[in-house]
Amino acid sequence: MTTAVSILPGPQLAALNDAYRQAVARKRLRMTLAAVTFFAVLIVAAIGAEVNLRTLFTFFGNFVSYFDRILTLEDGTRVWSNPAEWFWGWRKWLWMLGETILISYVGTMIGAVLAFALNFFAAQNTSPAPWLRFAVRRLLEFARTVPAIVFALIFVMAFGLGPVAGVLAIAIHSTGALGKLFSEIVENADMKPVEGVRSTGAGWMSCMRFAVLPQVTAGYASYALLRFEINVREASVMGFVGAGGIGQELVVAIRKFYYSDVSAILVTIIVTVFIIDIATGWLRGRLFGKDSSA
Amino acid sequence: MSQLPKPDRDQLRAKYPDVFDRPAETRLATPAMIVGAFAVFVFGLVNLDFSPARLWSGLSQLGWITLMMIPPDPGSSLPAYLSALGETLSIAVLGTTVAAVLALPVSLLAARNIIPSQLLRFPVRRAFDSIRGVDTLIWALVWINVVGLGPFAGVLAIAVADFGAFGKLFSEAIEAADKKQVEGIRASGGTALHEIRFGLMPQVLPVIAGQVLYFIESNTRSATIIGIVGAGGIGLQLAEQIRVLEWQKVSFLILMILVAVAAIDWISGKLRFAIIGQRAIA
Repeated sequence: MTTAVSILPGPQLAALNDAYRQAVARKRLRMTLAAVTFFAVLIVAAIGAEVNLRTLFTFFGNFVSYFDRILTLEDGTRVWSNPAEWFWGWRKWLWMLGETILISYVGTMIGAVLAFALNFFAAQNTSPAPWLRFAVRRLLEFARTVPAIVFALIFVMAFGLGPVAGVLAIAIHSTGALGKLFSEIVENADMKPVEGVRSTGAGWMSCMRFAVLPQVTAGYASYALLRFEINVREASVMGFVGAGGIGQELVVAIRKFYYSDVSAILVTIIVTVFIIDIATGWLRGRLFGKDSSA
Repeated sequence: MSQLPKPDRDQLRAKYPDVFDRPAETRLATPAMIVGAFAVFVFGLVNLDFSPARLWSGLSQLGWITLMMIPPDPGSSLPAYLSALGETLSIAVLGTTVAAVLALPVSLLAARNIIPSQLLRFPVRRAFDSIRGVDTLIWALVWINVVGLGPFAGVLAIAVADFGAFGKLFSEAIEAADKKQVEGIRASGGTALHEIRFGLMPQVLPVIAGQVLYFIESNTRSATIIGIVGAGGIGLQLAEQIRVLEWQKVSFLILMILVAVAAIDWISGKLRFAIIGQRAIA
């Protein structure tokens, strides 16, 4: 069976075709303009960043062979042929790794407590006064925009070399990040319990304690755990500026070209990060069910 | 006045044992967890050498430093700082773009609806995971060993680190794409390449563009950091000024970074909205 497709009369069709072509041409023009702008930005950026493709081509072999070198022991054999030699410093590295995890743990705790103290002032629905909300929000913004490692650099000057500076830097950065997230949870909380508590004549403190807090604790804990995970990564590079943890060992190994040590420490860090990712993911699932694991 | 019947406590107790006689383990779980967490916290404080004396002297030092930071003043190095800021932005834009361009084809290999074979996808995914597991700063140190000090090492570091992140995100975006359009292309006789180009890309590209813009934004921050280990940009200036204790310049540089990050946030927010349109900004 054949069906005839009815075609519009010529003049009507021509008008529609014209409109279609114009629409397509406009879209193409916009795309081209966007692409040209983008490439112009890229070229300016390439000049700004001193991109030198010749250097890249000359030295790209170095990049590949770098991985070859860090996977070779001093006697010329592959690292995995002699794990005992590869991980010769495992005692020290595990100790430093423990310190790294402690730094991120203590930093996350301090940050979470501070964020907890501040977040009710930053949330739109619970803040007692607009000016207070504005001030707290700007403070949190500042704390999370300045990278943790910049804080660490400054704190190393104030508190001396060592993990204290790293902990405080991580704590401040976590305060900023968690304060924002916590206040968003509070903003999503149901306000009816608050009205109920207020109708009994309770003050602001009691409203927060008995009406808001029970709704939000699970979310808080979930975000704090997530932050801990991120902070372990962060703490592993704190040592680059002298703020404690395994980063110190890593930067020494990289700078002094102790090739097999570099790979050994990297492997330890990556494995630890994986384990902590999985462990906190499991814990979050256990504590708060599947849906809050985001 | 009507009165409620007096509740029969024993009957209720028998009816709802979970409410009245919770087992000790569930009652004690929360306090035990809090005590445990606090104990680790105290252990950490002691182990990491948090002595009150040290905290006190550090805080007073910090107070001094803050006082010396006011007012922020670039001295005579404003042009140098501006060009360093430009360098940082260049590093962020270029690194992210390179990463996105390289990650797009590879992410196809990690998407379930393109490569059905688990055997082929698995190594690609693990490679992405491993690359992501290494921090941008570490990549910067590695690239400095390869191409020398300077912003170029920064570009390469960001490109490699983001390659891992983009690979994962892109492949997820591709997996979330609607199958029907691909099937439509296949039904009209398109090849596998046509399916990707005309069925998949129109759906995926806006999402990807949004993610790339978001990463440019967050990489502006990363690009400040990698300067600290010598990979160019404003971080290098910042680290130097901190080391020579020029606190007024330090505070000026920090202000510059804050303003630049806010500006990029604003621009990329606008652009994202223009590209993704009314859809949710992820």
